[in-house]
Amino acid sequence: MEEILRVEHLCKTFELSRKQQKIEGTTRTKTVAVNDVSFSAYKGEIFGLLGPNGAGKTTTLRMLATLIAPDSGNAFINGCSVVAEPEKVRAQIGFLTSELKLEDFFTPNYLFDFFSQLYGIDPNVVAERKRKLFSRFGIEKFAEVKVANLSTGMKQKVSLVVSLVHDPDFIIFDEPTNGLDVLTARTVTDYLQELRSEGKTIILSTHIFSLVERLCDRVGIIIDGQMTHCDTLQGICAGQSLEDRFFEIYKEKKGETA
Amino acid sequence: MKNNTWTIFKKECARFFGDRTMLMTTVVMPGLLIYIIYSFMGDNFMQPTEDDSQATVYVENMPETLRPVVEALPFNLVTDGFDGETLKSDLVLKDSDFAYMVFPEGFDSLVANYNPAGGLPAPNVLIYHNSASEKSRMAYDLLCGVLNQWEDSMTNRFDINASSDAGEVFDLAKDEDIVGDLFSELIPMLLLLMAFSGCMSIAPPSIAGEKERGTIATLLVTPLKRNELALGKVLSLSLFALLSGMSSFLGMMLSLPKLIHADEMGLSANIYTFSDYGMLLLLILCTVLVLTAISSIISAKAKSVKAASSVMAPLMLVVMLVGMMPMMTGTEVSSNAMFLIPIYNSVQSMSMVFAREVTLIPVVITVAANIVYSVLGVWVLTKLLNSEKVMFSK
Ligand SMILES: Nc1ncnc2c1ncn2[C@@H]1O[C@H](COP(=O)(O)OP(=O)(O)O)[C@@H](O)[C@H]1O
Ligand SMILES: [Mg+2]
Repeated sequence: MEEILRVEHLCKTFELSRKQQKIEGTTRTKTVAVNDVSFSAYKGEIFGLLGPNGAGKTTTLRMLATLIAPDSGNAFINGCSVVAEPEKVRAQIGFLTSELKLEDFFTPNYLFDFFSQLYGIDPNVVAERKRKLFSRFGIEKFAEVKVANLSTGMKQKVSLVVSLVHDPDFIIFDEPTNGLDVLTARTVTDYLQELRSEGKTIILSTHIFSLVERLCDRVGIIIDGQMTHCDTLQGICAGQSLEDRFFEIYKEKKGETA
Repeated sequence: MKNNTWTIFKKECARFFGDRTMLMTTVVMPGLLIYIIYSFMGDNFMQPTEDDSQATVYVENMPETLRPVVEALPFNLVTDGFDGETLKSDLVLKDSDFAYMVFPEGFDSLVANYNPAGGLPAPNVLIYHNSASEKSRMAYDLLCGVLNQWEDSMTNRFDINASSDAGEVFDLAKDEDIVGDLFSELIPMLLLLMAFSGCMSIAPPSIAGEKERGTIATLLVTPLKRNELALGKVLSLSLFALLSGMSSFLGMMLSLPKLIHADEMGLSANIYTFSDYGMLLLLILCTVLVLTAISSIISAKAKSVKAASSVMAPLMLVVMLVGMMPMMTGTEVSSNAMFLIPIYNSVQSMSMVFAREVTLIPVVITVAANIVYSVLGVWVLTKLLNSEKVMFSK
């Protein structure tokens, strides 16, 4: 197996604003979001980060996508360090999350071309790729409709397509099905499997057990910023259902800290 | 991928010029509104009143030298057949629409023979008026203006031709100075304000807005370098701010003559040379760059469009105060180093161009300094775009 992602001792602490302190009912001024996380992902697999809300999944993925920098530790994608060579990393990855929005004013067609230019892609390749992706996701009819006027589902599909204009080999997907209607969710998960069969590597985060069971080859369980387990799906489950196994692990972890 | 800046610039332009509402509210409307309002004000309020409603000016001992000048003013002129004491008591009434001007007897010869070093009081002209009455006050203002002007020209040419006749008082050079003074005090401030208000309506939605809506994060995950994004934004926003400012400015310049009735007063802005305009253009360009850089930085730091606008509003006051400097201190500047101070340097340099007192060095310092500040501004903006605290603070 060819290792394509290596995560080494990633740590990230956030300062809490007053507002956040109130929301979380705490007087702590800092919160450790990711605490010494290490793991690897291999070419052609779907790796799932599984954990409850607030576990640090999004924070980990944002560090991999170079949107935020780790306090310490490092990660290498295809040998490029997210700390030292963020631009090289960005050129190779596709980062998908509902946080990343498209400007309402533009059409899918314009946005596809615009982002293709930012990735420096040959215009001939762009046209062909656009045709393929638009037809795969049924965007053709809406190619000239402003994002503002698209349905939520169509917006998400356009977001996904725009994140893949450069046909990245490494895809980071935060909560792939969050907020999607069932049909769009299905389209997306089917597409992820398709991408895997093309040899692409996907790392996704989720708190949905069934999604992990259906999609993931390997799983990392992350609780309170720490990765407690990392193994193949079978290895983690050890004969139990993923859900049962997860709560066992969760209790162990919480018992240990209590 | 150096042309990423260009890609961003093009996208911003597509956004700006493709959005009819945005174009209307930031480019078309400001100029149009100013033009309409000023012209309307000029037509309706500042119009020298029609014959029967013109202010009456009673003049006692009208000097021959001044007669043609005063007669040319839009007043009903009465030079005899009235009683001064009655006029003065009538003036106390609120609706008295006249002024009463008294020259000392033999004013012309008094003035001609007056020796400022002699220690005697100068010949004194009295103008009785009632400032509660609009017409009376306007008559007073106009008379004061004319007399001051005339006095200036008297002392100016005292040595050359002390008995010059009144027809020459308003010679061309003098008019140019009036226009120059008026322009040098007002226009730089107005230019600055319009440019800044252009920035104010454009930078926050484009930067704070993108942050708020989460569209800037989509850009930040691409290989686009932060400095390319910063430069693309500042350049495109400068262009829009320039357009918006130009629109307001055009609206103002086109309506200003109507407002002050320049044609009736014989004033004309046609006194500047090609190089004056060239320098002005350079100054405006570099000023807009600085203002855009400042606005962009504020917008990048702000959490929302609203927050950005509320930080910029008090800044508008500061800009206005700095813009008023030439009115308070004139165009003189103590040292060339003062031209290193942003905004102040723009105002003073423009003011000097308008006053036709411009020299090359201050303009060069101003333009160079402002370009340096803009580059610094882009650098700061790059830092901000790179800062996760600023970009993704919760
Ligand atoms: N920008 C931020 N500022 C402060 N705290 C944050 C920020 N982002 C995340 N956190 C905190 O870090 C922890 C982990 O968050 P996150 O990575 O979003 O969890 P998950 O995606 O697993 O639900 C949470 O406690 C969250 O409140
Ligand atoms: Mg999350």
